[in-house]
Amino acid sequence: MSLISCKQFLEELNEYLDETAAAELRQELEAHLAACPNCWVICDTTRKTIQIYKGVDPYPMPEDVGARLRAALQKKVQPKP
Amino acid sequence: MTPSAQAASPDGEAALVAKAREGDPAAFTELVNRYERKIFRLARHITQNAEDAEDVLQETFLRAYEHLPGFQGRSRFYTWLVRIAVNQSLMKLRRRRTDRLVSLDDPVDTGEDHVPREIAVWDNPEQRYSQEELREILARAVESLPPPFRAVFVLRDIDELSTEETATVLNLSVPAVKTRLLRARLRLREKLTRYFKRKVEDVFNLL
Repeated sequence: MSLISCKQFLEELNEYLDETAAAELRQELEAHLAACPNCWVICDTTRKTIQIYKGVDPYPMPEDVGARLRAALQKKVQPKP
Repeated sequence: MTPSAQAASPDGEAALVAKAREGDPAAFTELVNRYERKIFRLARHITQNAEDAEDVLQETFLRAYEHLPGFQGRSRFYTWLVRIAVNQSLMKLRRRRTDRLVSLDDPVDTGEDHVPREIAVWDNPEQRYSQEELREILARAVESLPPPFRAVFVLRDIDELSTEETATVLNLSVPAVKTRLLRARLRLREKLTRYFKRKVEDVFNLL
């Protein structure tokens, strides 16, 4: 199995993280990860980047925004006669 | 509603949409309850402005209500809603940035700027920073992304739309979504590493 370069690894990083890489490519990527500490760190911290954005919402919706949305909708959304 | 259509929507979305189309206000309210936070977050990410995000939120649901009779059910109701919200958000961005047009399908520089520079393991960010500080750091990092990258990142990684859904909603090709997502992830990783990397003195303490 030929070893892929760091550049090639980074190009396929999404496929690896999203688990959409075909079995053969996945093996090549894992072989590269095992041999390259830099790409291992980049891969690990990119995965953590995605996780932290899923877990912590930088812009939670304030309560009063929801209240004003309901007030705006109430004028329009009426039961049809 | 046919039984097969209901089966295709196990969370009951299709049934709710059908009721809302028949003029049931409770059904429409339930759809609002379900999606308002996600639509606000998306608009807030794209417009980078709280007031604009609130306007977009209201306009999106008002438009959705108005155009509900024309909704064919060919896509999920949520992706239809997202499409309205993205268009409204872009209009806001264009209005604020009169100096240049903003379009999510503009070609963006996806060149070689993604070569990682910050390569360091992270400390546990949740232990090192308060929730408030984390929000601030995450917001600052995402604000540094160009709008086309932000939209793709939010839809794919936070809202968990598929690559194909994201492409449809943003009028992009599937390869363009993939390229932008990779650039967005790598840029955010780079920014966050500046805050989250293990301090050198901590490393020495371990020796």
